[in-house]
Amino acid sequence: MVVLSDITISIEREHDIVAARQKGRELAARMGFSGTDQTLLATAISEVARNIVSYAGRGTVVLSSVEEQGRRGLMIIAEDHGPGIADVGLAMRDGYSTGGSLGAGLPGAKRLVDDFELSSTVGTGTTVTLKKWLR
Amino acid sequence: MSVPILKQGEILIASIQSALSDRELVELRDELADRVGRLRSRGVVIDVTALDVLDSFATRTIRGIAYTAKLRGAKTVVVGIQPEVAFAMVQLGLSLDGIATALDLEEGMLLLQRWPK
Repeated sequence: MVVLSDITISIEREHDIVAARQKGRELAARMGFSGTDQTLLATAISEVARNIVSYAGRGTVVLSSVEEQGRRGLMIIAEDHGPGIADVGLAMRDGYSTGGSLGAGLPGAKRLVDDFELSSTVGTGTTVTLKKWLR
Repeated sequence: MSVPILKQGEILIASIQSALSDRELVELRDELADRVGRLRSRGVVIDVTALDVLDSFATRTIRGIAYTAKLRGAKTVVVGIQPEVAFAMVQLGLSLDGIATALDLEEGMLLLQRWPK
């Protein structure tokens, strides 16, 4: 996979969530994603950025235009050095939440994109990688 | 308060103009709960036409607004959910179960006026 360009948005306050999803929508539009896909991407960014604010306090969202096997896509990497997720299987279950939310965040974000990867170590942090390919 | 709230007869209209932060959404909820009582409103319309994203937090807060208003004696209609926003909400697994929705402000006002008092 080749990264063609990337933007890093630091997530420290809830207001940064709005900024991140707006940047994501702009990038998606520039790359030629449909209006619906732009909305799906912006919504996914909102969910993963909110997880950073809710659980880790601070972190980063990196938005990249990538190319792999002749196809182009938008990659979102949400990374934090927060408490980490003790039970990744549980966190991916619909309706499960430790933060008093709906529990739609991670499993929901997964449904909005094509590729989803979650890695987390307790005490070290969490990285969520999402990709959506241009059709 | 970043969301203007208009009063038209017994109905309050909250017209969201731009992307809101979590805090602004919570402020809107509190402000509406207060005004429903002060102005003796029977209905609340939340116009989300301008919103390009309704994520889990926004959906939960809108649900909170509708339930709070209901406990204060007013009915809520959410209007103007854009088609791609609706699609994203379905993918995300979000719903506004038990909350009235209408296509636009006009339909929402009609719905509230037709409701038995």
